[in-house]
Amino acid sequence: MKQKSGKYLVFPTIIWLSFFFIIPLLIVIAVSFASRTPYGQVIFNFQLGNYARFLEPLYLRIFIDTIFVAVVTTVLTFVMGYPLAYTIAKLPKKWQQPGLILVMAPFWINFLIRSYAWVIILRTQGVLNTILLKLGLIQQPLALLYNDAAVLLGMVYALLPFMVLPIYVAIEQLDTRLLEAASDLGAKPFTAFRKITLPLTMPGVAAGSILVFISSLGMFVVPDVMGGAKSALVGNLIQNQFLSARDWPFGSALSIILAILSLVLIILYYKVLQAKEGGASDAQKLA
Amino acid sequence: MRRNWRSASLFAYSGAILAFLYLPLVILALYSFNASRINAVWSGFTLDWYNSLFHNRRVIEALINSLVIASISTLVSTVLGTTAAIALNRYQYKYKAVINGLLYLPILIPEIVMGLSLLVLFSQASLPLGKTTLILAHITFCVSFVVITVGARLEGMRHDLEEAASDLYATPWQTFRYITFPLALPGIIAGALIAFTLSIDDFIISFFVAGPNSTTLPLYIYAMVKRGISPEINALSTLMMCATISLVIIAQILQPQHTSKKND
Repeated sequence: MKQKSGKYLVFPTIIWLSFFFIIPLLIVIAVSFASRTPYGQVIFNFQLGNYARFLEPLYLRIFIDTIFVAVVTTVLTFVMGYPLAYTIAKLPKKWQQPGLILVMAPFWINFLIRSYAWVIILRTQGVLNTILLKLGLIQQPLALLYNDAAVLLGMVYALLPFMVLPIYVAIEQLDTRLLEAASDLGAKPFTAFRKITLPLTMPGVAAGSILVFISSLGMFVVPDVMGGAKSALVGNLIQNQFLSARDWPFGSALSIILAILSLVLIILYYKVLQAKEGGASDAQKLA
Repeated sequence: MRRNWRSASLFAYSGAILAFLYLPLVILALYSFNASRINAVWSGFTLDWYNSLFHNRRVIEALINSLVIASISTLVSTVLGTTAAIALNRYQYKYKAVINGLLYLPILIPEIVMGLSLLVLFSQASLPLGKTTLILAHITFCVSFVVITVGARLEGMRHDLEEAASDLYATPWQTFRYITFPLALPGIIAGALIAFTLSIDDFIISFFVAGPNSTTLPLYIYAMVKRGISPEINALSTLMMCATISLVIIAQILQPQHTSKKND
């Protein structure tokens, strides 16, 4: 005797998200095909100019830079994140949850505060330069901030937890009997790791990589706070179109390109998770 | 012997990465107590920067804005999210995949895209930017997290008590009030805490939909960072970090412990 009307309890949320999420996206799509007056007013006359503009060398360059930064960030977070995830997964059971919380906690602090923490350390009169000067290792303060390397550092710092979590889930679920079998058959620990652990946890690596990659594509806080005049990424370009240049149609076109790229990668992510059942729910929970 | 050496170096490497994660935050907090205003040389312990924060009218205003926006967004998104999670847990839907897609998309789409699309919506609807638009935006990005958190709790729950209640002629409302709700409560509180944390901490989406008189704490910090370095930013950031981490840890404790064997 289940009450059927309870089924409609899901509707308020669906209506809310349709109104404040789907409709805004549809409007952005419409604006991306519109033009603007010199004062920034949007005029709805269908044209493809905003997408064509994206192919101009200046903007294409920013887009390529963004992809490059995203790739390097992904590789670096993997190099740092895999051993960390491995260590946590091999801890005694009762220490795993605290270990994971320790890695994930900074993720909850917003990018702005975390980027600012690096500004304090890296700026000309910052902590690091002061220490190096005191130790006599340098005579002049180094220009550590407001360059591409600083942006990369900030990105890796911001996104590392995204890489650790799915890899941890993958390693934790690994059937340890396979490793025992390998060892019984005389495989050295490193060989067993290379031939069994690493290949079998690749879906976790792929999931983490996609999460890191997508997040770095849309990032604008880190380059804004830590980058120099030339370290603008797609996120900053979009932000500029909306807040300073007041070219909403072009900004909309850029963000539609960004959203489509992200969604394609997300679909890839789900395919990867489906390929390796299980870890999906845990990875999603914290992501 | 070689094995020990290997795991020791793995431990050291992981320790170094954890240090990399935490050291900047520790330094940030440490320098909120440094007496010197301009440089990084330690010149004595002080609480001046905290003191000046508490006497700064604009900071107090931003704090009140943040708390009001977070409270209302949390309330609305928790009610919406909880009802949706209960319905999804209990009933079969023909378009379940579409509903799930709608719930997950707001989490997965780049925040900047969500922020600017709301800005475009509000401007097309001629809604002036301010606290109202901030609250509408915050509810929108919180609700999916509530659905997922409460849903995880409900999934781990057994249904025999509910069945027993209805066998004993409890009305659906009584079953919900005395059985389902108390059992789901830890999940609901965890969901509400996550919503509150996300709202209080949000910068990117707020950046697009805030008006001149609706500065929140993260927006205030951003404005300060753009103007230059000051120990007050450290003090404010430190307080926000403490608040965020405490809320998240409480939410974690309340959430069901998922073991990876759950799907077996």
